[in-house]
Amino acid sequence: MTLKHPSTGGLLILAVIIAILPSILPNNFYMDVAIRIGLNAIVCIGLNLLIGYAGQISLGHAGFVGLGAYGSAILTGEFGWPAIPAMLVTALFVALLAFVLARPVLRLKGHFLAMATLGMGIIISIVLNTEARWTGGPDGMAVQPMMFFEYMVFGEAVWYWIVGAALLIAVWLSLNLIDSPVGRALRAVHGSEVAAEVCGVNTTQYKVKVFVISAVFASVSGSMLAHYGAFVSPEDASFFRSIELVTMVVLGGMASTYGAVVGATILTILPQALARFEDLEHMVFGLILMLTMIFMPKGLVPTLSAKFRRSPVKVEAESEAQGGGAT
Amino acid sequence: MIRKWVKKGLAASVAATVALGISYGNAVAADPIKIGTFLSVTGPASFLGDPELKTLQIYVDELNAGGGVLGRKLELVHYDVQHDAKKAQTAVKRLIEDDKVDVIIGGSTSGQTMAVIPLMEAAEMPFISLAGAVAIVEPVKKWTFKTPHTDKMACAKIFEDMNKQGIKSIAMISGTGGFGKSMRGQCTALAPAYNIKIVADETYGPKDTDMTPQLTKIKNTDGVQAVLNPGFGQGPAIVTKNFGQLGFKVPMYQSHGVASKKYIDLAGSASEGVRLPAAALLVANKLPDNDPQKAVLVSYMSTYESKTKDAVSTFGGHAYDGLQMVVAAMQRAGGTDKAKVRDEIEKTSGYIGTGGIVHMSATDHLGLDLSAFKMLEIRNGDWSLIK
Repeated sequence: MTLKHPSTGGLLILAVIIAILPSILPNNFYMDVAIRIGLNAIVCIGLNLLIGYAGQISLGHAGFVGLGAYGSAILTGEFGWPAIPAMLVTALFVALLAFVLARPVLRLKGHFLAMATLGMGIIISIVLNTEARWTGGPDGMAVQPMMFFEYMVFGEAVWYWIVGAALLIAVWLSLNLIDSPVGRALRAVHGSEVAAEVCGVNTTQYKVKVFVISAVFASVSGSMLAHYGAFVSPEDASFFRSIELVTMVVLGGMASTYGAVVGATILTILPQALARFEDLEHMVFGLILMLTMIFMPKGLVPTLSAKFRRSPVKVEAESEAQGGGAT
Repeated sequence: MIRKWVKKGLAASVAATVALGISYGNAVAADPIKIGTFLSVTGPASFLGDPELKTLQIYVDELNAGGGVLGRKLELVHYDVQHDAKKAQTAVKRLIEDDKVDVIIGGSTSGQTMAVIPLMEAAEMPFISLAGAVAIVEPVKKWTFKTPHTDKMACAKIFEDMNKQGIKSIAMISGTGGFGKSMRGQCTALAPAYNIKIVADETYGPKDTDMTPQLTKIKNTDGVQAVLNPGFGQGPAIVTKNFGQLGFKVPMYQSHGVASKKYIDLAGSASEGVRLPAAALLVANKLPDNDPQKAVLVSYMSTYESKTKDAVSTFGGHAYDGLQMVVAAMQRAGGTDKAKVRDEIEKTSGYIGTGGIVHMSATDHLGLDLSAFKMLEIRNGDWSLIK
């Protein structure tokens, strides 16, 4: 697997946007929204690998975000660990947990898989709610600020660049993974598991791998969220958060890394933009989602990019060939 | 290639949306005094946020009709944060940075309040929380105040009454929700100071529909002289029903969490004789005429009930107290300078509110003592005041 990708252009554009945004945004509230977009986008990119490419649904991903957040909070708060090792150890723990869970869970298909991941997310949420000695219970707990040696990471201006960099790394990792043999094997799994197995793809192994990777993305995002917000609460891991994350992926477009970013962007901004409508907020929100799903069932990015393409089949084949050439 | 352009175009529009999408409603900061608020108007804590918001709206309108404050109109800026601490953080950033409010009154739940305290302290903005937990004001934070009684006070009030009755050892059965859990902790910590021993300590989940097993265990425990049930919502009503069915001979104590008519309706005849601490608002009409709070309580109750057609609740009363204290502080400070307003809020003394008579100080940002709670007993399906 080489770490070269044919469409580094998109990554470059994203980097430019991240670089110029702070000079456009009028105040820290907008920076805060941008940071939350970034953190959501990182989770969605990971989740998209699982949903969009491997075709496995997870309705419990907020659980991993919550574990990441609480792991960092507890290790830095209770045990006085520095933030970075705490984040890494938490991510490692989440990876292990996802690995152990993945084997039995990913044997299931369709509704059963959805139910199993849903159950997992709810169990995590219950643990966070009830183990009050460690987690502060339903009211949540305060989190230590992140320290880089002597320097305290605080405020939107600093966090913006950290999250921006993390988002670029996440996109880059995702694009490379998709374009590697692993990515192609995953797409084969999505297409037809039986066919993939006949072609010699060890489907279970790939599914487990991508489940672990997406859990780690969620955990790291959760750790950053905890330190940035200086507060964690069980809502971070709630069932509704999981649904929200899946909605972001589906709205932006499954099997599209940029789609995940776009989905996260829209669904993070929308509630803020609609906040002034008070009672109408939920209706407008629901209407937008419904219309998107009816008219763009594949999600925003894939549908729109298909519209602009003159001969979709040809371009698809071309990019496929390019992708093949890179490895 | 075209695909790449599409991606670029999309990415650019994302940037544009971030910059422009939210700026809708970014009104020009003009003359009015801006009061920011973030409440749980929808979602599971809406029973808190809904009366709070209605109260703020009613009284902001009323103040404006009377010419405003310091000759300036009041403007209420509100965001619904449901039951989400993260939403509360974003709403507060928006209120501070974008709406540039002068003061914030809000935070229906303790979780939301705790999540935004660091932001308030960093922004140096006067903040009055409407949530219960004692941790909000202990230890004292410079810019943070609160109006509702704490669960610690409820425990103290209950234990005080138990001492009067000669009750020395009790059983506790607590809900595992945020309220029940917090109060259980406070009561456990406070019990030794009142010479009270907790001989049985049971819990139940927020969705449990039968607490007979826990209560049976309590019944079989030796030396239980009273049962205390810290909890919120329907749980305490079920506990009370089961308590009645099991034929307990000892008294039952509930918390201020059940201080609504709904509890009596749900628990039915089993609620006879149940004792609880509650704000005076519940028994406003039964207070003696010389009670200093009576006029305020009756006026708030009739205003709220005639404007909303809802039954009055203590939660809306907390918002009323917060708004009145802020307005009074602004009048004393002669403006909206944040530091001056904060100092004046801290100097609040002798304010007669729905929650009690408030005496704040540099070491007490709540300013209520145990007299703010009345001990009630349920008799003939209604609250009655006990001395």
